[in-house]
Amino acid sequence: MEYEVLKFIWWALIGVLLIGFAVMDGYDLGTANLLPFLSKNDEERRLMINAVAPHWDGNQVWLVTAGGALFAAWPIVYATAFSGFYWAMLLVLFSLIGRPLAFDYRSKVEEQYKKYCDGALFVSGFVPSLVFGVAFGNLFQGFDFDLDTTMRSSFSQGFFSLLNPFALLCGLVSVAMLTMQGAVWQSMRAGEPIQTRAANVARLSAIVTIVLFALAGVWVANLSGFEIVAGLDTNGAANPLVKTVMVSEPGSWLKNYSLYPMTMLAPALAFVGAAGVLALAKSRFHGLTFILSSLTQAGVILTAGFSLFPFILPSSSNPNVSLTLWDATSSHMTLGIMTVVAGIFVPTIIGYTTWCFYRMWGRMTSEELNQNSHSLY
Amino acid sequence: MIPEEVIDLSRFQFAMTALYHFLFVPLTLGMTFMLAIMESVYVMTGRQVYRDMTKFWGKLFGINFAIGVATGLTMEFQFGTNWSFYSYYVGDIFGAPLAIEALMAFFLESTFVGMFFFGWDRLTRVQHLTCTWLMAIGTNLSALWILVANAWMQNPVGAEFNFETMRMEMTSFADLVFNPVAQVKFIHTVAAGYTTGAVFVLSISAWYLLKGRDIGFARRSFAVASGFGLAAILSTILLGDESGYELGDVQEVKLATIEAEWDTHPAPASFTVIGIPNQEEMKTEYAIKIPYAMGIIATRSLDTEVLGIKDLIDNKEQRIANGIGAYSLLQKLKNGEDTPENRLAFEDVVDDLGYGLLLSRYTDDIPNATPEMVRQAAEDAIPTVWPLFFSFRIMVGAGVLMLFLFIAAFIKTAKRTEHTSPVFLKLCVLALPLPFIAAEMGWFVAEFGRQPWSISGILPTYLSASTRTEADLWMSIIGFATFYTVFLIIEMTLMIKYARKGPSSLHTGRYHFEQRKAEHMATQA
Repeated sequence: MEYEVLKFIWWALIGVLLIGFAVMDGYDLGTANLLPFLSKNDEERRLMINAVAPHWDGNQVWLVTAGGALFAAWPIVYATAFSGFYWAMLLVLFSLIGRPLAFDYRSKVEEQYKKYCDGALFVSGFVPSLVFGVAFGNLFQGFDFDLDTTMRSSFSQGFFSLLNPFALLCGLVSVAMLTMQGAVWQSMRAGEPIQTRAANVARLSAIVTIVLFALAGVWVANLSGFEIVAGLDTNGAANPLVKTVMVSEPGSWLKNYSLYPMTMLAPALAFVGAAGVLALAKSRFHGLTFILSSLTQAGVILTAGFSLFPFILPSSSNPNVSLTLWDATSSHMTLGIMTVVAGIFVPTIIGYTTWCFYRMWGRMTSEELNQNSHSLY
Repeated sequence: MIPEEVIDLSRFQFAMTALYHFLFVPLTLGMTFMLAIMESVYVMTGRQVYRDMTKFWGKLFGINFAIGVATGLTMEFQFGTNWSFYSYYVGDIFGAPLAIEALMAFFLESTFVGMFFFGWDRLTRVQHLTCTWLMAIGTNLSALWILVANAWMQNPVGAEFNFETMRMEMTSFADLVFNPVAQVKFIHTVAAGYTTGAVFVLSISAWYLLKGRDIGFARRSFAVASGFGLAAILSTILLGDESGYELGDVQEVKLATIEAEWDTHPAPASFTVIGIPNQEEMKTEYAIKIPYAMGIIATRSLDTEVLGIKDLIDNKEQRIANGIGAYSLLQKLKNGEDTPENRLAFEDVVDDLGYGLLLSRYTDDIPNATPEMVRQAAEDAIPTVWPLFFSFRIMVGAGVLMLFLFIAAFIKTAKRTEHTSPVFLKLCVLALPLPFIAAEMGWFVAEFGRQPWSISGILPTYLSASTRTEADLWMSIIGFATFYTVFLIIEMTLMIKYARKGPSSLHTGRYHFEQRKAEHMATQA
């Protein structure tokens, strides 16, 4: 297969993995965000936690896989983003490493320590939800990095400049949409009283998602973007130092939508999904509501990807070294092999994950919780 | 130039988090397999005690697994955060097995671990057993791909330097996967994991036998552990990864340093059992040697030489000198002199480019490096001998002790006398730290022995780190140290708490503490 085709496929595949992460691990993160707010006592917290218990570990692998795929398919993006966003990455890591322990140890520690597990779970949901959005917000504004001729990256930007208003708005979009995903899951899989409360929160977070996402869209229309003006060979060796990139006039992040009108489906999907959640969250169509909420996750992520295309990580200090999907990839051979591997295993994973969800289907009620109190979380 | 402190702190952070992660990994490798075996016995015989065994040892496994998953996340982040130049320079090859690990193995393991814990009432017996096996297979496949990646650091095959992209790129996926170093490492590491699982079950079961409680449960667990453990420790020792030490630049250095073999001796070389290596004078004091042994262990033959350290240094000096040529040609190619002659000349010496890069630690102007710098770089291309010499011997010593333990346990189990000797049971309990010590030492030998390279012969550790400050690294080290200390305290507390409770923690009403409670209530009534 042509090198440029493979490069494009991997841009799409990274998108698939991120969407997989938002849909699957997203409901775990959302559940964690809601844990302190939807529950009034330990039994209610256990209802929420056990509604995600059998699958959270598998879901988390979407994130691990996205990281591994970044390493394999876009090594320089992995290298530059992880070392450049050093403290943002460590913040995410430090919040996530508490999660496996909090889940597994919560039912095993003495009663008085449970509140620390609950705290760790909340942090493990809220911090990553926020930081992932903030990171995307910074991609739109360009990140302050440079590359020397050996591709060693250097940075002049500190952690706190990442927390600018636009990026924080994107962070809130991310928190709102993942919270919606968690709320919809809880209203589908947890028993009363969580079910009703979660349905109400799902509607609320759907409204917040719609408003913030629209606001971010208006803001992006006024942000200046980046444009490749010369020197790019989409089929050439992946060397990010040979092209010329200009900072372009405000609104240029939206030009892909007029170039390829089909891409407008992405933001439309985000709005339609959230509107659907608003309409159906209190109905008995739980599965449909979950699908609609998942469409919002996909729509928002695709909107970000389509707007930035072909950029992955634009540089604000030296735009010429911006990383794009054409010049930040692995070699032709590695992309080819990884495409075959992904082609075999992504469907396999979806297959056995579906079987597991099917076997574990059902609502986590107080009765079930009390009958199995020694084997559940 | 990059500050040495940043390199040292990055190395310290990696070693600290990897050694910590590796406290839990071998136990997970071994326990998943033992759980699958116990549950298979349950499904075949239908005897409840085997189901209880699977569930109880599964509980302890869960405590270990959670912290293993948590600390594994760190490893994935760390290549990017702290070793970004490495990640770019070799990501084209090194990233692939990591991504395949996630897709092929980690998904399998993590999806079915949920079924293992929560699927007991939702699945048929055979379905649940299948899930347990898939979890065990996932765990082991995970080790396979991580070790394919690690073996490539030790013996980088199937890749070449591309000057257009300034990085290593894959030339053969088959060479990467079928790297002989990966095969021996995989066998050695998973077998060590099985040994760890077996010692864990053996020594906790021995403790119940000493206390005289839950005898039936403990004896069956002890029996499974002794059989599985004997097979595992034999594989670990006989298929020790020394057999891969002939391959690759760094592997032969590692072999010479762990044996403190300063001079090349006529084959077959003798094995230094113990002594005190003196790097200054390049000799080993108070050495006790076994003739022929090392030649046989290392080369599996009687007529192949094992190169000594002094010869290795001379050899490195030559390659560094060639590396200067490679580096100069690369500069020409990058600076507009991309002619066919230069390309051909570069291809001839590109294999020594990495050796040229070793000089970056001593000078910014590699093409004009002095002979003193070259000699210095060659001497520094050999890791410090004594830490390797001793850690290797501690690992082997622990391995031999475990071998004796399992032979005794196996014989006693076969004679059905495993519970009769309190002294023997106490030894079994005391053996608990051995596999963990051996595993940590083994990691140290493999990775400290790789220095000064991050990728053997290709990329010096000195060049691999990210452009971060000392302050960044200190703060992240303090962060990890704080979290990891708290985690270890919680983990150990829970592990001890549940190990003490034993199978009574399942609340089936069939085991020691609950029966005592029941008796107590009966006498009260």
